[in-house]
Amino acid sequence: MEEKFDLIIVGAGPAGISAAIVAARAGIKTIVLERGEFPGSKSVFGGVVYASEIAKIVPEFWKEKRIPIERQITDSRIVLMNDDGAFQMGYKTGKFAGDTPNVLSVHRAKFDRWYAKKAQEAGALVICNTCVEEVLRDNTGKVIGVRTGRPDGDVFGKMVVFADGIQSPLTVRAGIRPEVKPENVALSVKENIQIGEEEVNKRFSVKSGEGVTFEILGSQVDGMDGICIMYTNKDTVSLGLGANLKQWMVNKNTPYELMDKFKKHPFIAPFIEGGTLKEYTAHWLPEGGWDTIPKLYGDGYVLAGDTAMLFNTLHREGTNLAQATGRMAGEMAIKAIKAGDTSEKILKEYSDNVMKSFVGKDMKKYKNFGHFLYKNKEVFNEVPEFLGETVEEMLTVDGKTKREKQAKIKKNFKKKVGLMKLLKIAWRGWRAVR
Amino acid sequence: MSKIEDKLYTTRFKVDETPHLKIADQSICKKCMEEHGQPCTIFCPAKVYIWEEDHIDVVYEGCLECGSCRIGCPYSNITWNFPRGGYGVMFKLG
Repeated sequence: MEEKFDLIIVGAGPAGISAAIVAARAGIKTIVLERGEFPGSKSVFGGVVYASEIAKIVPEFWKEKRIPIERQITDSRIVLMNDDGAFQMGYKTGKFAGDTPNVLSVHRAKFDRWYAKKAQEAGALVICNTCVEEVLRDNTGKVIGVRTGRPDGDVFGKMVVFADGIQSPLTVRAGIRPEVKPENVALSVKENIQIGEEEVNKRFSVKSGEGVTFEILGSQVDGMDGICIMYTNKDTVSLGLGANLKQWMVNKNTPYELMDKFKKHPFIAPFIEGGTLKEYTAHWLPEGGWDTIPKLYGDGYVLAGDTAMLFNTLHREGTNLAQATGRMAGEMAIKAIKAGDTSEKILKEYSDNVMKSFVGKDMKKYKNFGHFLYKNKEVFNEVPEFLGETVEEMLTVDGKTKREKQAKIKKNFKKKVGLMKLLKIAWRGWRAVR
Repeated sequence: MSKIEDKLYTTRFKVDETPHLKIADQSICKKCMEEHGQPCTIFCPAKVYIWEEDHIDVVYEGCLECGSCRIGCPYSNITWNFPRGGYGVMFKLG
């Protein structure tokens, strides 16, 4: 049984489904192939989606009755942590609530499923339990379909969108994308801890429906280039801990052990006290940045989302880049398929569009940021440690004169960071993000 | 909650009879222990790889499908495939 479609999309995540909705709405015969038993069942992420991108596909989606939004993020904090304490900054506003949503916490197993329904409503076929194992090409090398693991599972189409995620052994095997290097991904583990809706409201001082995100830098990653997160969901708290895979290998740390240490930290422990672990997950984040973006198109295909290594390391944005590139891939498919030409020459326009959009521009702006972090691990370690210790010293009332305290801090600064080093880091950091 | 087994107990799996992970050559793992300290047994977030005297035991049933062992093995000695469609880890929340 051979199936023939206009557009084949591999992966029912935010990138693939965005492409499917856009294309199917324009009458393109679209099939989405998903290896999980439902869309979202293989998906793990930090924890937030971005309203502006979703609204481009589903306007005023937040007004839907059964929308699987956990909380609207109204409070964003940055925490610098040492072993005993934490120093935090944050911004809280009512502006990001109600009818003006900005960042939303969701569970992907629920959100992706809702999103995929929109693709089905638009007329796309979404087939789950189906792993794509091979890319099919004609004798000129043009991609003409995919081979799934199902018996007689070849599916043919005029164009393929690879949106199968950061791992994508499929595109690696097919020579479409190079294999990922350990230094270009962060291996992260995440725990979802249930404490109840009322407790989330109380402990994080938010109303029902509103939530907080914490991005945490410091000693919890044991000297590696990595960060932790704590996000609030409706009745659970997500705790994440990730670091560069190369450094997990070199430092010989074990993810779940560091996670357990993180959970015991005096800043974190009270938030999750008495909670029940609901799920433990692990995933990669594409942190290699601009230099690791593969060629986004070829004869008969394009790459979107994590498959294309699109992730903004500084701002922790990923799902919006996936949705935006998925949308652009869908628009490209409409144009190319309607014109009857899905050759490489035509599909180059997709790559141009991505590069002209905020996706390409932001990736380029922070071109050197990943490299900067990798080379300046002090940002994650000595600097937050020193800041914490400084604040602690100034807060400790112990009869020592303030001058004595200043001298102690100065000595500690010299030992931990040093002025020249700090200036160098600041200079390099500024150059990497300006 | 500290044991990895307790953590994995909260995650849902639909286990296939055929493993999706395989050590290509066990003799390399022995060499790896001396030269690299068998990083897969340390960084794997699901403790899939356990050194048992003279070979690596692959507990693929609890694999979270992150892919780290595929690129993190110093000898590229792990044959890595996604589980068959509909099998493997199935996240309830994600």
